[in-house]
Amino acid sequence: MLSRVANSLYWMSRYIERAESIARLVDVNLQLLLDFRSLDDAALDAHWLPIVQSSGDEDLFRKQQPRTTGQSVTEFLVFAAENPNSIVSSVGQARENARMVRDQVTAELWEEINRLYLFLHSPRARELWRENPSDFFRTIRNGSLLIQGLTDATVVRNEGWSFNMAGRYLERADKTSRILDVRHASLPARGLPTAAPSQADALGWSAVLRSCSAWDAYKALHGAEVQPALVAEFLLLSDEFPRSVRFCVRRLDGALRSISGVAEGRFCNDAEKLAGRLLAELQFSTADDIFDIGLHNYIDVAQAKLNAIGDALFQAYIFQPFQTPEEHELRQQEEQQQQVRFPVRPPSA
Amino acid sequence: MATSRPSPAAALPEAFRQYDTGKFFDEMMAPGGTVRPHYQHFLKHFGAVSPADFEAKRRAVDLAFLRQGVTFNVYGDSQGAERIFPFDLVPRIIPANEWEKLEAGLVQRITALNLFLHDIYHEQHILNDGTIPPHYVMSAKHFRREFVNVKVPGDIYIHICGTDIIRDDKGNYLVLEDNARCPSGVSYVLENRRALKRTFPEIFEAGGVRPVENYAAELLKVLNFSAPAGVAEPTVVLLTPGAYNSAYFEHTYLARQMGIEIVEGRDLLVRDQHVYMRTTKGLQPVHVIYRRIDDDFLDPTVFRKDSALGVPGLVNAYRAGNVSLANSIGTGVADDKVMYYFVPRIIKYYLDQEPLLPNVETYLASEEKDKQYMVENLDKLVVKAANEAGGYGMLMGPHATQAERDEFRTRILADPRNYIGQPMISLSRHPTHCEGEGFAGRHIDLRPFILYGEKTTIIPGGLTRVALRKGSLVVNSSQGGGSKETWVLYGNH
Repeated sequence: MLSRVANSLYWMSRYIERAESIARLVDVNLQLLLDFRSLDDAALDAHWLPIVQSSGDEDLFRKQQPRTTGQSVTEFLVFAAENPNSIVSSVGQARENARMVRDQVTAELWEEINRLYLFLHSPRARELWRENPSDFFRTIRNGSLLIQGLTDATVVRNEGWSFNMAGRYLERADKTSRILDVRHASLPARGLPTAAPSQADALGWSAVLRSCSAWDAYKALHGAEVQPALVAEFLLLSDEFPRSVRFCVRRLDGALRSISGVAEGRFCNDAEKLAGRLLAELQFSTADDIFDIGLHNYIDVAQAKLNAIGDALFQAYIFQPFQTPEEHELRQQEEQQQQVRFPVRPPSA
Repeated sequence: MATSRPSPAAALPEAFRQYDTGKFFDEMMAPGGTVRPHYQHFLKHFGAVSPADFEAKRRAVDLAFLRQGVTFNVYGDSQGAERIFPFDLVPRIIPANEWEKLEAGLVQRITALNLFLHDIYHEQHILNDGTIPPHYVMSAKHFRREFVNVKVPGDIYIHICGTDIIRDDKGNYLVLEDNARCPSGVSYVLENRRALKRTFPEIFEAGGVRPVENYAAELLKVLNFSAPAGVAEPTVVLLTPGAYNSAYFEHTYLARQMGIEIVEGRDLLVRDQHVYMRTTKGLQPVHVIYRRIDDDFLDPTVFRKDSALGVPGLVNAYRAGNVSLANSIGTGVADDKVMYYFVPRIIKYYLDQEPLLPNVETYLASEEKDKQYMVENLDKLVVKAANEAGGYGMLMGPHATQAERDEFRTRILADPRNYIGQPMISLSRHPTHCEGEGFAGRHIDLRPFILYGEKTTIIPGGLTRVALRKGSLVVNSSQGGGSKETWVLYGNH
């Protein structure tokens, strides 16, 4: 398969997953606010800022929005075209990537991505968001789920599929870890939390679960009492829950292996090496290990590892050196000669 | 009791009773208001569709095109807006006997053009014996001197040709121009058919319409046939300028229909005069390139140096015979409107036949007598630049202002090689749904697609373009044109 095509399929799937995650996160937190009686600016800030931080775009947000309110955060995370990770931007990117490989995606899949894109750019989108935010976010989420379902139901299980899956699970692992990180301020830097969480904290942690569609699964396992340590364990280490980091890394590892055909326990490139290592680590860790390091630190490290896997995947399959080493040397020589012939003058001259 | 003959209009469906053919040749209505035989079956069913139903169907089709992304990009639009190519639901119908004549004429034409291109890039008999003055070919903008004496697979230069055909006020079919470089529009032929079948399945039943769906399969056969000698299972790719090209939808559509990779210049590279594509499994050889990029952009080391779309070294690989291109390099000379003037002569020269499909009468500004006539009769003529397309670089004399005519007179006198003149043809008209007017006559043309490989194949049908603006003769999508379905019937009615 063409490297460029593999790259587009990978990013198409990542961006769809990203849009869905943001829709969940914002929706749940808007609803959560309904449970609080009154909130001043400081309280609003404390509520929304970690959510912006979890998207990794705090600096950009500060530049664009003077105040941290539900309105400004939603605007930034949902509609802002200037935010490359907003829902509108993500769906736009997913569509752009799908468009680059129109011949490789099924007609049903393309039409659904296109439909979601056209909806977000129609006046109806903002109308719905004003009238009924919950319905608005459900539309986005359902759009993404329909796209994923169509992928599962219509796409041939070939190499392109594996790149699609690699993108989906890498993004999902990353987003689950980020959502979990939203409430880290209520925890001690290291060690298990000693006291039971306050009522407000408990609501916050249940919002984390609901942002990951994990509320029902968690309740079935641990009952209705929300304990931060159990939430973290569930979202990081569960082997069965399809949005846990461990589950996603296992799928990611599987996708990488089906691309190369290398058996489990071995590797042929850095992406496989790093994914295998991270998986082993998640498989052989307990909640105690995580809280010894501190939840926030642990998540930070895990995110860096996920990024490294993404970079290694790009190096292994997408970016192949365009020139032989000799050609590269020749070009460098030429470039240097050019510099000698046309020296750049310092600005003062 | 005296019985008066019922007026023919009374037999028409309600929506067509006010239809006015004007003083034009109308595809559907014969003079006197009777429906031509090959439209009767269609009209019987179409007349049963209520106006409200029709409106609903029309909207549904537009929406479906937008959803599927059957769109073209508008150059210079900062929003990157995608528009659908307006599609009129009333199909243009061609009976079998007319199509047979068209087909024979088109086969004759592409055969002669391929012989001509081979000749001018090799022995140049037609130039040496003075049948065509050599300076016309040598000065053609798209004549590629670099390709003289280069052998191309099967001696085929034009594999895919889109020839524009019009009908005059008597209903005669005439060739308006040949598109021998990268003709586009065939995806609309296929998509329009799909849309109309979904919209009016009942009209297709027993309608006797010949299918067009095998175009992609036929195209792939031609591409496989043109593979370099000795390659048993060639890898064929489609080379596109990229997702921002106005015809990108068509490129992906065809690639998918043929099951071949669609590549951009940056996906390919040349090693030791062989072409490879970059894949996740390393480099893989490529044997045939269906290129949708003009010559100028193919290879920055040979043609335009600033082109980032092409593949450095591609032309050398092509010269070495390790990769085939469809169409071949240098076919643009056949698109030159001055060369168009000579096509009847070319047919006579190579095939010893009279042209089955006539040209529009044409004056060459570089012939002294013609030039004289042209500058004195600009108000009667259409003047065209030799190498422009898409309705640009053109003067519609009868509709132009005096200033515009003066400007063209200066241009013609300064550079006569670059201009031709033709009488204004009043194109045939076709009933077309028009906002606020119901069904009204609009001017149309026809672009069939001809495939030239082991044998010559023409899919029965083609792109019928329609000038949606009232009175307009310009059918180009960039200038208010739309498209219609083209039905070729198995029989004559």
